[in-house]
Amino acid sequence: MSPLLEVRDLRVEFPTRRGVLTALDGVSFSIAPGEVLGVVGESGAGKSMTGAAIIGLLEPPGRIAGGQILLNGKRIDNLRYDQMRRIRGREIGAIFQDPLTTLNPLYTVGDQLVETIQTHLGLDVAEARKRAVGWLEMVGIPAAAQRIDSYPHEFSGGMRQRVVIALALCAEPKLIVADEPTTALDVSIQAQVIALLKGLARDKGTSMMLVTHDMGVIAETADRVAVMYAGRIAEIGPVREVVKHPKHPYSAGLMASIPPLDRRVDHLAQIDGAMPRLSAIPRGCAFNPRCPEVFARCLVERPALLATGATEAACWLYDPVSEKHAPEAMRHG
Amino acid sequence: MAAITSSLGRMLDSDLFWSFRHSPVTVISAVVALICILGAVLAPLIAPHDPFDVATLNLIDAFKPPAWAAEGDATYPLGSDDQGRDVLSAIMYGARVSLLVGFCAVLFSMVVGVGIGLLAGYAGGAVDGVLMRIADIQLTFPNILIALLVDGIARAALPADVHDRVALFVVIFAIGISAWPQFARTVRGSTLVERNKEYVLAARVIGISQLRIMLTHVLPNVLGPVLVIATLGLSNAIISEATLSYLGAGVPQTQPSLGTLIRIGNDFLFSGEWWIAIFPGLALIAMVLSVNLLGDWLRDALNPRLR
Amino acid sequence: MAETPILEVDDLARSFDVSRPWLQRVLAGEGKRILRAVDGISFAIPRGTTLSLVGESGCGKSTVARLVVGLYPPSRGRVVFEGLELERARAIAEQRRRMQMIFQDPYASLNPRWRVKDIVAEPIRAFGMTPSAAAQQAKVAELLTQVGLSPLDGEKFPHEFSGGQRQRISIARALSSNPDFLVCDEPTSALDVSVQAQILNLMKDLQARLGLTYLFISHNLAVVRQVSDRIGVMYLGRLVELAPAETLFTTPRHPYTRALMEAIPDLEMTGRQRIPVGGEVPSPISPPSGCPFHPRCPLADDRCKAERPVLLPARGTEASLTACHAVEEGRDGGVPAAQRVGTTAIAL
Repeated sequence: MSPLLEVRDLRVEFPTRRGVLTALDGVSFSIAPGEVLGVVGESGAGKSMTGAAIIGLLEPPGRIAGGQILLNGKRIDNLRYDQMRRIRGREIGAIFQDPLTTLNPLYTVGDQLVETIQTHLGLDVAEARKRAVGWLEMVGIPAAAQRIDSYPHEFSGGMRQRVVIALALCAEPKLIVADEPTTALDVSIQAQVIALLKGLARDKGTSMMLVTHDMGVIAETADRVAVMYAGRIAEIGPVREVVKHPKHPYSAGLMASIPPLDRRVDHLAQIDGAMPRLSAIPRGCAFNPRCPEVFARCLVERPALLATGATEAACWLYDPVSEKHAPEAMRHG
Repeated sequence: MAAITSSLGRMLDSDLFWSFRHSPVTVISAVVALICILGAVLAPLIAPHDPFDVATLNLIDAFKPPAWAAEGDATYPLGSDDQGRDVLSAIMYGARVSLLVGFCAVLFSMVVGVGIGLLAGYAGGAVDGVLMRIADIQLTFPNILIALLVDGIARAALPADVHDRVALFVVIFAIGISAWPQFARTVRGSTLVERNKEYVLAARVIGISQLRIMLTHVLPNVLGPVLVIATLGLSNAIISEATLSYLGAGVPQTQPSLGTLIRIGNDFLFSGEWWIAIFPGLALIAMVLSVNLLGDWLRDALNPRLR
Repeated sequence: MAETPILEVDDLARSFDVSRPWLQRVLAGEGKRILRAVDGISFAIPRGTTLSLVGESGCGKSTVARLVVGLYPPSRGRVVFEGLELERARAIAEQRRRMQMIFQDPYASLNPRWRVKDIVAEPIRAFGMTPSAAAQQAKVAELLTQVGLSPLDGEKFPHEFSGGQRQRISIARALSSNPDFLVCDEPTSALDVSVQAQILNLMKDLQARLGLTYLFISHNLAVVRQVSDRIGVMYLGRLVELAPAETLFTTPRHPYTRALMEAIPDLEMTGRQRIPVGGEVPSPISPPSGCPFHPRCPLADDRCKAERPVLLPARGTEASLTACHAVEEGRDGGVPAAQRVGTTAIAL
C-alpha cells in the first residue's frame, strides 16, 4: 500500500547571525494509512519541529531547506500559506500540548467546531452543529448538547484536550499530527486521553504521528516508532522491537535509563553528557561523544539508516564493511 | 587589561550590539544624540561665543540672520538674537541646561520609582496596595500639571532670592516627582514575577534577609525594563522642562534652556526674525527624537518575544 | 530503641485565600474562597532515609515541601525538626544550615545574573562557614567536583549550562552548608530521561556517602520507587496511603493508589487492556464530603460520602497505613493476590 505521508530527506534550517543552524538533517520516514507512528526523543532532538514542518507551521525564521514532504503522493512542503491552510484541518489535523494555544478563548467551543466543519465539509449550520455535538459526545464530554455553548475556559484541562481532539478530528482528516498531547495532563487523565486517541484512530482508520517524550505513551499507542537525536533519526522500526531490542546505542541507552516501576535498581543506567547544541553538532555521528561503542569511523563519517533486522538504525556497527560490529547482545537484543 | 579587552570583545559580540548595528535608524539616532550631548557638555570649550559674557555683547550685532542669508555674518552661523547673542552658542548652552535637568530628573524618578516598586512588589499586601494606589492617583494627572503645581508651591513658599538660587533643583524635583509611577509600576510587575522564582525561594530557605534578597537577587533581575523607561523618560523630561520654561515657570532667566530660548524667540517669530525661535526648536526636536528612537530600539532589543 | 526522627510532621495544614478582591466580592455577593492545599497530614522521617510524597498536580505535595522548610507558616499543626519546633529551629543559624532544598525548574532556581561560584558559595557566606576567601574557593571547587562538574565551571553563568548541569549546580549549592536534611521538590521532572538517571544516581550516591535524609516530592511513581524507603500517596491535600516502598508497589491498598498505578502506560506491551479511572480531581476549594476520593471510587458507599477516613494499618498488610473505609471494613477484597509484575514506566 502506498504511504499516506512520506517525508524524504527533510532538512530544516534556522538562519541566525552566528550562522545557519541545522535543526533537522536528512529526516526520512513514511506513515501508512491507519498507522500510528511514534516520534520520541529528548528535548531539542527535533521531534516537535518535524511535526511543525509537516503541518507547515515552522516558527520563523525556521525554513525547510531541503527534501520533500508528500501527502498522498503530492508535495505539500512548497505550498503557499493559504493553500496549506486548506490542507490543515481538512487533510491533516493538529493537536498540541497546550489546548489553550489551539482554542480561541473568545468563541464558544461550538462556534469553533461548527466553523471548522462548515469550512472543510461545506455543510449548513444546523447539520454542522449536529455533527459538532456528535464529536463532543464521541470524545467523552458529558452533556455535550449543553456544553457545546461553553467557552474553553469553562472546561477543565483534561476536558479541554478532549475538545481539541474533537476539533482536530471533526473535518475527518486522514492524518493527525499530535505533539505531546498528554504531557500537560495528570497521569489518570493522560490514560483516558490516550485510550480515546487510540480508539478514534482505530475506528476511523486515521493515521497519526504521535510526538512525545513519554516512551510509555508510545509503547501503548504506536505501531512504529522513530527515535530522534540531534535533528536526525537514530533508529526507526516496529515499536516492540525498538522498545525491547533497541539496536542503536542511543536508543539502547534511552530505554535502559527509564526507571522501572516493577523493581528497585541500585544504579540506573545513564548516558553521560548531554545532547549537543545545534551550533555544536559533532562531525560524523552526532552521538559519538556519548557513545559507549564509538570507533574511528563514527568520528568522521555520518551513518545513514542501515538495516539491522527488524529495525533500521543510523549506526556504523551495522555496516558490514565497518572495522567494528555490534556486540552479540545488541544484534539480537 | 586582558579583562577589559575580553569584556569589550563580549560587548561587541553581544546580541544587543548586533541588533544595534543592523538598525540604521538606531545608528543615526545614536550619532545625533551623541552630537547633541557632546555639543552641550563641551559648550564652554567649543561654542563660538559665550552668550553670558555681557562684555562681548554688542547691540549692533542684534538680529543678524543666519550666515547663509544675504545680510548674514560668518561670526553668527545661525544668526543672533535681540541682544546680539549668537544663537548657535545659546543653543549649546541651553542644551546643557535641558540635558542636565533631564538626566537629573530621570535619575531622581528612577531611584524613587525603583525603590517604591521593589518594595511594593516584594512586600505585597497592604504596603503594595497603598503605594500602588498613590501611583494610580498620581497617574490620573498629566505630568506637566504636577510639575507646574510643585513649581508654583515652591515659588509661593520660598523668598524670591532663595528661589532663584534653588530654581534648578526645584525644576528637577518637579519633573522627577511627576514621573516615578511609571518606574514603580514596571518594577513592581517584574518583582512580582521574580520574587516567586525558585532562586529567591532558595535564598529564603538559607535564611538570607529580605532586604538583602531584594537588593542582590531581585533588583538586578528587574533592571532591564527600567533602562528602557529611563531612556524614554529622558526625552519626556527634556520636553517637560522645555514646556515649563516656555510657560515661564522653569529654570531662571539667567540660565536659559532650550525652552526659554524658544519662548524668547517666539516674540520675534512674526516680525521676520524666525531663526531665534526655529533653531532652538529644531535642536530640541533632534535631541528628543533621537533619544526616543534609541529607547524604542532598546525596548525591542531587550524584549525576547520580538527577537 | 529507635532514635528520634530528624523530621516529624503532625496534623499539618495550610490554606490559601484565593478570594477575588474585596470590592468585586462584595459586588458579586460571594463569600471568601479558601483553598485547602494541605489538610491535616502527619508523618515522620527517620535519619538517613527517604520519604517520598507522590500525587497528581494540585494534591498539595509541593506545599508540604515548602511548609517543611518554613517558606510558608502552617495554618494548623506543627513541624518538628531535630526535636525543635520549626519556627524555633529556623531562628538558629546552626539548625537552619542543616536543612536545604532542591527545586524543580533548573532554569528558574539559579539567579541568572550570578556566577556559578557565587551561587554555590551563597550558603557558605550566609552561615560564615569558611574563614578566608581562599578556603571558600577551595570548598566551591570541591563541591563542583562532588556533583560531577569542573571547578573551572565556577566562573561561568547559569545560561551556559544544560538543564542537567544546572540541576547539579543546584545540588552543589544545597550541599554547601553541609546539610543533614534535603527537601527535593520534583528534582528531575523537568529533565530528559537519560539526564534524570544521572541526577537520581548522583542523589543516591550522595545520600549513601553523606548520610543525608531526603523528603522527595514527585509525580512519577517509577522514579519514587528507585529512591524511597517509605512513600506517602496524597490526594486533595491528604495522605491516603503511607507505606514502605516495597509494600506499596507489591500490595497497593488504597483504591486511589491502585488507580494511579493502573494509569501508568505499560512499556512491556503485554497487550493488557487498562481501565483508566474515570472523572477528574475535584477542586480543592470545595472538596467532596467524607473521603475526598469517593466520587471516583468504585468501592464508595454511604459511609465514604459522610465520614472522613483516617490513616489506619490496613488489614493483611499492617505495614501500610491506609485512609479507606473499604479497606478497614474488608470491602476491598483483601490483599491483592498478584499485582501485575513486569511493568515499567513512564515519562522519558
